[in-house]
Amino acid sequence: MKTWHFPSYPSIISSGVAAGPFEKNSPYASSFDTFFEDLYMGEKSFEKAQRKLMETSVSSALLKAGMSEQQIDCLIFGDLINQITPSNMAARSIGAPYLGIFSACAGSMEGLALAGALIDGGYADSVLTGVSSHNASTERQFRYPTEYGGQKPPTAQWTVTAAGSAIVSSDKERNALAHIEKATIGRVQDIEVTDPFNMGAAMSLAAADVIERHLIQSKDSVADYDLIITGDLAEIGHAAAKDILSKKNIHLSSEQFIDCGKMIYQGVEEVQAGGSGPACSASMVYGYFVNELAKSSLNRILVVATGALLSPLTFQQKETIPCIAHAVSLIKPIKGGQ
Amino acid sequence: MTGNWIKQSKDAADQHEIKRPVLKNCIKAFLVGGFICFVGQVVTLILILFFPFTEQTASNPTVAIMVFFSMLLTGFGFYQKLGQFAGAGSAVPVTGFGNAVVSAAIEHRSEGLVLGVGGNIFKLAGSVIVFGVISAFFLALIKTILIQIGVI
Repeated sequence: MKTWHFPSYPSIISSGVAAGPFEKNSPYASSFDTFFEDLYMGEKSFEKAQRKLMETSVSSALLKAGMSEQQIDCLIFGDLINQITPSNMAARSIGAPYLGIFSACAGSMEGLALAGALIDGGYADSVLTGVSSHNASTERQFRYPTEYGGQKPPTAQWTVTAAGSAIVSSDKERNALAHIEKATIGRVQDIEVTDPFNMGAAMSLAAADVIERHLIQSKDSVADYDLIITGDLAEIGHAAAKDILSKKNIHLSSEQFIDCGKMIYQGVEEVQAGGSGPACSASMVYGYFVNELAKSSLNRILVVATGALLSPLTFQQKETIPCIAHAVSLIKPIKGGQ
Repeated sequence: MTGNWIKQSKDAADQHEIKRPVLKNCIKAFLVGGFICFVGQVVTLILILFFPFTEQTASNPTVAIMVFFSMLLTGFGFYQKLGQFAGAGSAVPVTGFGNAVVSAAIEHRSEGLVLGVGGNIFKLAGSVIVFGVISAFFLALIKTILIQIGVI
């Protein structure tokens, strides 16, 4: 499949980010809209708390856009929990037509790419897309109980407790934060990593592959992008992806090639290699980067969300970890209409 | 070509992998594990000196008291932090077993008492019990045979 070009430049008109208590330590905390004081967020379980995160980020996005739930044509949500229940439950309370998606932590950009395609194809006028992750519900499903005293290796990553959503619209009259320009859907790549505590490394080839395909198919050069931002590769995976790209003859500087997983907890101890989870890229992109585009501090960025497609069963059955990455290029608002 | 990239990517990832600081972890585990055992020894001494226990009978109540301590520490969210620091030092003593049981119980409270807590409380500790019982059985069997044939 070729890179999708969106000649109508679907607009991201609004975004919302809700985050947990630990994310207050993030150097980008000021870009997030709402914080919860504890991991339960007034709910009875972590899964319900994750649904609440999703609903809260959606409310922020709607509020900022001055829109009501009835004005949304389609919802595209995803998360990591079995059968994406936090997404499904959030969609239940909103009531608009809903597409549930799963590509693990790459769900943020899968959702945004699909939203762009629906708008550009004329199938919808406003699409609300978002993803969520919750540290405790993810730990519980994929690893150990939250209070279990297991030691994590330095390659492990910290699942971000947050939800990020964005409203994508065809309305050219409205002020946009950014426009969706192109998207490249990734291929599943498996470099035969079996350690679920080393997911960044597992995802490195998937990220490098989709970046290479995006650049070749859209005939762009590296210099056309201010930033190429990966989702949650963290220390090891990001360094590995950079090496793989230079072997593919794509040379990126460390200022240009950055990673949300490394940024979100910069300077925070106890997170090991960095952040992870669908909300890692979603909170950074919808909270921070789209606003930088809106201010014209950035002209054009390529966001490459990365996902490890494992389940607790597959790694216990000694399967290697298949990974995916989806790339979406965003540009700053086009002034004066088209 | 694809196979080639898998190999090259794996090599790149391995090159950047941050190794576990094994020596540092061993020292921390030794100190924390040793301290937990020291506390256990103090509890044993108190039981022998102030309560009607002997050196042989004090070990069971000591284990129960140590598990109780670990329950409290788990409930207040401290044992997880200790575990990240100490590794095997806090996992190997009986307090680690207590932590495995209690953390699973807390975690599954949201699914109710029977299906949640009851069904999952031994999720982590279950294999310790299973293999503990199996190895005890085989050791006892070997000992019995050795006694029967007059070796010991």
